[in-house]
Amino acid sequence: MSGSSEKHNVGLFVTCLVDLFRPSVGFASVKLLEDNGCLVSVPRAQTCCGQPAHNSGDKKNTQTLAQQTIAALEGFDYVVAPSGSCAGMIKKHYPTLFAENDPWKKRAEDLAAKTHELVSFLTDVLKVKKVEAALEATATYHDSCSGLRELGIKDQPRKLLKSVKGLKVKEASQAEACCGFGGIFSIKYPDISNAIVTTKTDDLESTEANIVLGGDLGCLMNIAGKLKRQSSKLQVRHVAEVLADMTDKPAIGEGEEG
Amino acid sequence: MHPTCNRFETNVAEALVDEQLQKALARTAVGLPSARERALTKMPEFEALRDDAVELKKHVLEHLDFYLERFEQKVIEQGGKVHWCATHAEAREVILKICQDADAKTVTKGKSMIGEEIAINDYLETHGIEPVETDLGEYIIQIRKEPPSHIVGPAIHLNKEQVAESFRKTHTDLPPDRPLDDPADMLKEARTLLREQFLKADVGITGANFLVAETGSTAIVTNEGNGDLTQILPRVHIAISSIEKVVPTLEDANTILRVLARSITGQELSVYTTFSTGPKREEDPDGPDEFHVVLLDAGRSELLGNEFKDMLRCIRCGACLCYCPVYTAIGGHAYGWVYSGPMGAVLTPAILGQETARHLPNASTFCGRCEDVCPVRIPIPKMLRHWREREVEQGRASAISRIAIESWAFFAKHPALYHPIANLKYWALGLIGRKKGRFSTAPGTHGWTKHRDLPAPQGKTFQQLWSEKGGRR
Repeated sequence: MSGSSEKHNVGLFVTCLVDLFRPSVGFASVKLLEDNGCLVSVPRAQTCCGQPAHNSGDKKNTQTLAQQTIAALEGFDYVVAPSGSCAGMIKKHYPTLFAENDPWKKRAEDLAAKTHELVSFLTDVLKVKKVEAALEATATYHDSCSGLRELGIKDQPRKLLKSVKGLKVKEASQAEACCGFGGIFSIKYPDISNAIVTTKTDDLESTEANIVLGGDLGCLMNIAGKLKRQSSKLQVRHVAEVLADMTDKPAIGEGEEG
Repeated sequence: MHPTCNRFETNVAEALVDEQLQKALARTAVGLPSARERALTKMPEFEALRDDAVELKKHVLEHLDFYLERFEQKVIEQGGKVHWCATHAEAREVILKICQDADAKTVTKGKSMIGEEIAINDYLETHGIEPVETDLGEYIIQIRKEPPSHIVGPAIHLNKEQVAESFRKTHTDLPPDRPLDDPADMLKEARTLLREQFLKADVGITGANFLVAETGSTAIVTNEGNGDLTQILPRVHIAISSIEKVVPTLEDANTILRVLARSITGQELSVYTTFSTGPKREEDPDGPDEFHVVLLDAGRSELLGNEFKDMLRCIRCGACLCYCPVYTAIGGHAYGWVYSGPMGAVLTPAILGQETARHLPNASTFCGRCEDVCPVRIPIPKMLRHWREREVEQGRASAISRIAIESWAFFAKHPALYHPIANLKYWALGLIGRKKGRFSTAPGTHGWTKHRDLPAPQGKTFQQLWSEKGGRR
């Protein structure tokens, strides 16, 4: 697209984990959006979508955080998040938080209607068919639960990954199985979470891929954390880093020493 | 059985190190889902059938009183009797009284989760009546004095060596050196023993997969035919059921049947689908002299009017268990009562009280697979969240999670405070973790770092870097 007036005005919902742990995923998202004709803004009034409170049964804090997020993002044409679970929170859960006669209900529904997870936004809304990126690797893709089951994200990342030069994708037999993260669940029931993530890392290892990709940083930190504890060589990255050709930073859980 | 839901964490710790159990769970997690998926590939209209089943169940729940009364009227017309029981204790009393009136010494039992729920076997035994489970899986757990570990496959946690050992221990009249290596040997042994019991029994108790209002029939599905022998041979047949099992017509029962077995064993139908309608009539060659239906409420009618209503759609297929990452990690016994997995985590607090079962709704990753495979589309994660909301509203959430959520929420609600503090903290953490890229331990992260490394942050936050870059706001 030529002039900025024709560009989609996109508000990036960075997500708290990307903001705090892996800003490179945020910049990869910005690059993918800008490369495909979006004008990207990042309102400072955003923090977290409120999912931890929502999943803990804390209605009051969930509502307050939802209102804060709605107010920060409702002015854009689209809102995009590099996470299926945060986008799912806004899209599927925000509208359920307010009573029918509450004016916030309408605002929540309006925001939900224009909010998208990053990769599905690229493929389904912007109709992106390929990306300019290269990575000599064999990847396996982990389908994060919320993205897959709340938003139907399955083929979209695989479609775009096909256009990454040098990249092969090998499917894990249980790609759709939960990694055992579950937000606060992983801290509250660490032993169950560990059993689940161990099943997951065994499955990923059995693909003989050398990199695990996914669309949700929470799951990826869980998987990477377990793989590193197991001294595995398998790397873990957010899919946006690969699609944006921004794999110069160390993989998740890896440092300057590797 | 005495519930052990409140020692959930101990149950879990034991289950996770039980190697035999872990092998059995790994088999369950693969075997049953693949059977289901094979069945569904042959059934392109399955989604539409699910919708029909949902509509049917919704309709019934809206008019439950009407259909139950109609069902009762039809049972009476056929010469049977309906017993309304508000509690487990009432149901036990009613069943005992029927057995005593029939002067029963031996009672055969078909598989029934309501039987498990009200612990009828123990109760009959303490009153001098011998209950004999006739479903092979139920028989095995009965002689081992265990609760079911899965609502459809009660002995799914065991391997054949364990079963052989239990048979040798229990069937002491048989030669101790008989071969029991092959499951067929055990099956033959159980069949021979059970046949005597079928002929001897004075009362037969079965569960009910449906109650059909238009005919006053109860229906069961089994794969062994034991249910038929249990309800046809004895003088008295008692069908026990919870109130939400009623459907308006035989055609409606069909709607459920079409999604039931496919969802768990991948069968188009179970091997036997048996309808019982009243006691033996003059022209009938066989059947019981008395036909009783024990209808149990035990908390269901309360669910009808609250946020857990959708749970009453459950048809007890057990699909949600086999797909659940938590169930397949810890098995059914860890849940501490008769219902386990996602459906058990919703139902158990409703029946036993949230204080007893408080862990169950919390021990879920909300992965959503249960809802995805549920043939009647019960929003199980939403129901689990409702329990968590109740816990918070009643001030009973654990102190640690309350403090963690409150302090985190305080910052998250104040972006102007949050961003600079977050940037400082994560910049420092990033600096410390820069070389290795991860922490194997860190203050306040024990739950995480017990089993996993914590990936280190990259350094400055995205918000900080975006500001430094002069990005659009």
